[in-house]
Amino acid sequence: MVGIVGYGAYLPRYRIKAEVIARQWGADPEAVTRGLQLYEKTVPGQDEDTITISVEATKNALRRAQIDPKEIGAVYIGSESHPYAVKPSATILIDALGIGPHVHVASYEFACKAGTEAMYVAYSHVKSGEMNYALGVGADTSQGAPGDALEYSASAGGAAFIMGRDKVVAEILHTHSYTSDTPDFWRREGEDYPRHGGRFTGDPAYFKHIMGAATALLEKARMSPKDFRFAVFHMPNGKFPMEVGKRLGFTKEQIETGWLVPWMGNTYSGSSPTALTAVLDVARPGDLIFMVSFGSGAGSDGFIFRVTDEIKNVQDRAPRVRQMLEEKKIYLNYGEYAKFRRKIKLNE
Amino acid sequence: MRDVAVIGTGMTKFGELWGRSIKDIFVEAAERAIEDAGVDHVDSLYVGSMSPGLFVGQEHLGAVMADYLGVNPIPATRVESACASGGAAFRQAFLEVASGASDIVLAGGVEKMTDGADVIDVLATAADQEYEVYHGITFPGLYALIAKAHMHQYGTTREQLAAVAVKNHRNGAKNPNAQFRSEVTLEQVMGSTMVADPLRLLDCSPVSDGAAAVVVASLDVAKKLNKSFARVIASAQASDTIALHSRQSLTTLNAVVNAAQKAYKMANIKPADINLVEVHDCFTIAEIVVSEDLGFFEKGKGGEAAAQGLTSIDCGRIPFNTSGGLKAKGHPVGATGIAQIIEVYEQLTAKAGSRQVKNARRGMAQNMGGSGASCVIHILEAQ
Amino acid sequence: MITARYHREIPQRYRLEAGKCVKCGQIHFPPRRICPKCKGKTFETVQLSDEGKLVTFTVVRVASDKFSKQTPMVVGIVELNDGVRVTTQVADAEVDKLEVGQKVKLVFRKIQEDGRAGILCYGYKAILV
Repeated sequence: MVGIVGYGAYLPRYRIKAEVIARQWGADPEAVTRGLQLYEKTVPGQDEDTITISVEATKNALRRAQIDPKEIGAVYIGSESHPYAVKPSATILIDALGIGPHVHVASYEFACKAGTEAMYVAYSHVKSGEMNYALGVGADTSQGAPGDALEYSASAGGAAFIMGRDKVVAEILHTHSYTSDTPDFWRREGEDYPRHGGRFTGDPAYFKHIMGAATALLEKARMSPKDFRFAVFHMPNGKFPMEVGKRLGFTKEQIETGWLVPWMGNTYSGSSPTALTAVLDVARPGDLIFMVSFGSGAGSDGFIFRVTDEIKNVQDRAPRVRQMLEEKKIYLNYGEYAKFRRKIKLNE
Repeated sequence: MRDVAVIGTGMTKFGELWGRSIKDIFVEAAERAIEDAGVDHVDSLYVGSMSPGLFVGQEHLGAVMADYLGVNPIPATRVESACASGGAAFRQAFLEVASGASDIVLAGGVEKMTDGADVIDVLATAADQEYEVYHGITFPGLYALIAKAHMHQYGTTREQLAAVAVKNHRNGAKNPNAQFRSEVTLEQVMGSTMVADPLRLLDCSPVSDGAAAVVVASLDVAKKLNKSFARVIASAQASDTIALHSRQSLTTLNAVVNAAQKAYKMANIKPADINLVEVHDCFTIAEIVVSEDLGFFEKGKGGEAAAQGLTSIDCGRIPFNTSGGLKAKGHPVGATGIAQIIEVYEQLTAKAGSRQVKNARRGMAQNMGGSGASCVIHILEAQ
Repeated sequence: MITARYHREIPQRYRLEAGKCVKCGQIHFPPRRICPKCKGKTFETVQLSDEGKLVTFTVVRVASDKFSKQTPMVVGIVELNDGVRVTTQVADAEVDKLEVGQKVKLVFRKIQEDGRAGILCYGYKAILV
């Protein structure tokens, strides 16, 4: 049996409301929140980035897994906001947590699905027998261009998963990836903000790839939507995951538990991974979880998890993501948000 | 060790001296001191300066000043102990004469802070770089931590801190060399811009340019010169941990306590035998804590004493900082320790004008580095 | 920030590694070559507790250029459960809710940057629990 032995999430305390951003740019706050089904999002502190978020999320994963960090054989962080263009985020994480130095490390990027890539590769190393434990993290502090639709949703957060074969809490039964060249959203080297193709990001990109991966995954597993207690999809806004779930035959109730986006925003590489931690926080032994991520460019990684008896032992060992989402929030005005996110041109 | 006396002094005005370089001001002060001493030569030279390298890109100040003072080839050395550089330079000069190695030595101090360096950054080099400054603390920040601890432990109040600034400005107004010659009110101090809670702008000594110098000589030479002098009856120095968080207590400066004990012992006197003190009021809280650690007031009662006027010139029990202190006189870092000696000397030789403390026989100068990691104390006695 | 100078302090800044004097048991952070208490020269590496309390703090409103965009910045001295004290920022601090004696936990944050193109420097900060 191979799967998740420890999981953890981290969300910063700062928030900004969608209506505040709307008013800043002269948009109708009601129309925005209704259209995107998004009320507020997380904002990273000035001293937080993909690396610090990954470290804190992994601390929570280690608290749940209760293994010696030195037993981890590989560490991958997937993000589209790695702090360095050249220097992997995970080298800092391993030294912070006492992992290594006999460890393989790499950075992954693929828009919003870099996190599930890291998870997939970590899982594959354990499955192949190459190592006993491997860590995959998805975290981001993505930027949305000022005044652009993505400014409402681009948020910060991450989740970490330690894969292993001992005391597994969620066994990975099947995986499937679906990828094609679809230029729906991208960022060129040196550009501050990404660009996107507006409505082109919908059916030809998000829906096509999630459904492509999901359909193939269900076929592979010989299962149907009603077999699952929970469904997790990439959440660029409140509407899309509900819509793709509906098209695939999943119900609102199956998607709700992981549907953090209306209050979290789109944590990009952290999106479906954090949703997965919200599900694991309340899952019961025997539950089946269906998860498909999406990354623009474009591709989807799908997973089917089966929760084991071990889950009851780990849920309480670390803070839960809904707690982080709902408690101790600090709201920012647009000026503070722009300062934190370095959208203000400084005299450097 | 033989007896040593201060036989001459000289200093520049303290302030923003835009048109003058570090060499200009040091030479001016040194020249005045030599002339005042009435000697035709000095055997060696000590220059106290905290960070000429970071402020103006110039190290090797001993050599620079000996050159520009025209006294090559005498030995010349720069002495550094952060804000106690001046006091430490004076101590070196004292030891050189007391030991008999030299007869006449010039001890000067200088700092040129307004040439464009990031002053907060440079001053922070006096703290622990990797474990204090790395985390963003500043000097006002460190003393604010002490202030908050002192207020928490002893109930020292915001008003008591302000009383120190008010007194020092009142004294500085009477000092022709002071950077600030205007008085301030309690309200002005309490209403000034917050720098590091609870310390406000008027709790903090300013950024200044300035130089000061004194000539020390053996007692024999002093007597032969037939002019006024003051004898150095104690010279002491002590150290403490560099980081504030490593100290035994956040509210007692052990380097001050230690140096003071050694100084009293050397002079064979008690605090009550001192008539005036120049203390290192880099921040108002520093004067309060030091007044306790020097043994003038019970631990924790320094704030009360300041507010009650016990350290003022007129009705005070023990006048502190008759010169205006670092707060009003200015704090060109390396020059401060020497300027303190000059004020004590002028008081003891009845040259302090409207700041004169009546019947001043013994005066103490207390100079401190960083957040109290080094302390140099001297006691002078009138001839 | 010279990279070698930063790299040397990583075990301390990232993992709170301290030195415990084998002779007298006193813990030094950062580790030292000589124990100031007993002059011992042998130490074992220990990892400090990441929990403690706020001994004193200030709100820095005028900072050096490097930290000038982060003011008001709370900096304080934290006494960790092992008795060791460290100077550190209090992150995500709501300034009027801070009190001496509050319980804190150390977390991993970015402490400073060496300008736009230099290295990123990480380390510990305290947060209220």
